[in-house]
Amino acid sequence: MANKILGILEQREGKLKKVSFEVLSVVADLAEKLNLESEALVVGNEIQNIDETLNYGVNKITHLKNENLSAYSSSGYTDIISEYAKELNAKYLVFANTALGKDLAPRISVRINGGCIVDCIHFEISNGEFIATRPVYAGKALVDVKFRSDINIITLRPNVFKPLKKDKSSSAIITVKDIQNVNLKTRTIEFKKSEGKLDVAEADIIVSGGRGLKGPENFYLVENLAEVLGGAVGASRAAVDAGWRPHNEQVGQTGKTVSPSLYIACGISGAIQHLAGMSSSKYIVAINKDKEAPIFNIADYGIVGDALEILPKLTDEIKQLKS
Amino acid sequence: MNIAVCVSHVPDTATRIVIGKDEKSIDQAGVTYIINPYDEFAVEEALKTKEKFGGEVIVISVGNDSSKETIRKALAMGADRGILLKDENPRDSFSIAKALADEIKIQNCELVFMGKQSVDYDNSITGQITSELLGYSCITIVVDLKIENNKIIAEREIEGGKEVVESELPAIITTQKGLNEPRYASLKGIMAAKKKVIEEKPALQTDNLTEVLLMKKPAPKNPGRILGTDSSAIPELVKLLHEEAKVI
Ligand SMILES: Cc1cc2nc3c(=O)[nH]c(=O)nc-3n(C[C@H](O)[C@H](O)[C@H](O)COP(=O)(O)OP(=O)(O)OC[C@H]3O[C@@H](n4cnc5c(N)ncnc54)[C@H](O)[C@@H]3O)c2cc1C
Ligand SMILES: Nc1ncnc2c1ncn2[C@@H]1O[C@H](COP(=O)(O)O)[C@@H](O)[C@H]1O
Repeated sequence: MANKILGILEQREGKLKKVSFEVLSVVADLAEKLNLESEALVVGNEIQNIDETLNYGVNKITHLKNENLSAYSSSGYTDIISEYAKELNAKYLVFANTALGKDLAPRISVRINGGCIVDCIHFEISNGEFIATRPVYAGKALVDVKFRSDINIITLRPNVFKPLKKDKSSSAIITVKDIQNVNLKTRTIEFKKSEGKLDVAEADIIVSGGRGLKGPENFYLVENLAEVLGGAVGASRAAVDAGWRPHNEQVGQTGKTVSPSLYIACGISGAIQHLAGMSSSKYIVAINKDKEAPIFNIADYGIVGDALEILPKLTDEIKQLKS
Repeated sequence: MNIAVCVSHVPDTATRIVIGKDEKSIDQAGVTYIINPYDEFAVEEALKTKEKFGGEVIVISVGNDSSKETIRKALAMGADRGILLKDENPRDSFSIAKALADEIKIQNCELVFMGKQSVDYDNSITGQITSELLGYSCITIVVDLKIENNKIIAEREIEGGKEVVESELPAIITTQKGLNEPRYASLKGIMAAKKKVIEEKPALQTDNLTEVLLMKKPAPKNPGRILGTDSSAIPELVKLLHEEAKVI
């Protein structure tokens, strides 16, 4: 009988990512609610922090290992995970909705005849039926979706589900298995890291700047505040289109969708396409000269004023708090 | 080489979404539809590839009659012909992909461009599913692309950087902003598009694997607080973030 739920963990450069612990927590939680046995799987070469997986209520963790698997290969990972899920006869598969999870989950769904619901932010079991909630139209609406398939695959929006540590059970184990003959039809030949900076998609705090910053030369103010907060720098499309900031910092409907704990919008008007990418942030702060700017409609706290003047003082005040 | 571009017909990104009477989809009243913004990058890349290697650019969309507008837009940019796979009923990504894969096989296309995401349901999965159905390679979220002979080298945007990926044709590429600058349809292009053929046929029938039960609006946010109109509000802001929100 298919009574298993399998979480797929994600590592980059030999380190499990924070989303992996979110996946583990959801797997443990759903296993309890749906009365399933839980397992987790990670594909990679050496993984430094794999021991940390034992503390989240999933007792069986499998690491499938090969030196050609340290970097992502869509063909290789798809083959290996599909085979594992088939053998396990898993009924549910859980991924993180990252570039990797989004790439893999739909392919694996075809291989194992499963349905796929991506970017979930909430689950409910109602009359024995599993229902997932996800944003559509860039978060302007939500849908409740159910599966019509026997095998069910979900991906979780990062930063929404809390990684919940549990007491470590004595029976929790990690098994490492070597994999032979990896299918490298599609292979990563290089990873070009953005210069040492935190990515908006992974940051818990984001400070974003828009056209109100007046020019690229003022973005150091945004960078400084992001730095004291340990956060990432984001930008509106106006700032990106003007060439002030790189596209990978763009937040919004055609940029990245983020849900950090804190989002500080500086000199950003709050156009509907920008809000689409950040309105699910837990706390939103707006600094804008125009008190009518739509960003204030969704901000928890706002200051009506000149960002160029406020930013350095805010940075100093937070520095003081932290010291 | 025949090149396929799959395009979806979506509400303009500025649309204010109102839930429809069925509580499963949006109210169509007053909604303007456009070509999915990411699909413009797909069309542009297909045209550039054709300019280099020759062949035919075939635009495919699954949808109802109104999707012809979006196909027409791609034809106006320079694509050669269009195919509308007709279906009045809602389809999930899986059944859209099945219909697309079926047609891509019929048209014998070795290279397929899609957008990285359709801005209606924001799924980002149709390309990957289609590639598996066809047994093609697939590279997603591509911001740089080189094709030589059979070989593809692409850069894809991921968290914290770019992955340089190598693979071979046949393949599906899903396009991200940054890959190119989509051309505008010239007046000549728009006129020419009127004469180009859009073939219509029923989309392959398949079952959906997921079903939308309910569409709803997210819970409204409580109106926030304006703390002040100059830098004298900063201490209070920091205090609230630290003590009330507990985020710093
Ligand atoms: C298909 C499509 C997709 C799009 N996708 C995105 C997207 O992904 N992300 C995105 O951001 N946008 C997107 N947009 C663009 C969006 O509609 C807006 O044009 C854009 O967000 C505006 O950026 P902005 O707020 O920086 O600039 P503006 O709208 O020009 O706002 C600047 C703000 O700064 C304020 N200001 C000026 N000076 C100061 C000062 N000294 N101190 C403080 N405040 C000041 C002004 O009051 C104003 O509110 C998209 C548009 C389309 C059509
Ligand atoms: N109905 C459709 N007809 C043709 N192509 C589509 C359709 N829906 C999605 N696509 C393609 O698949 C891409 C990703 O869509 P999605 O997986 O729905 O986010 C889009 O950018 C299109 O290229």
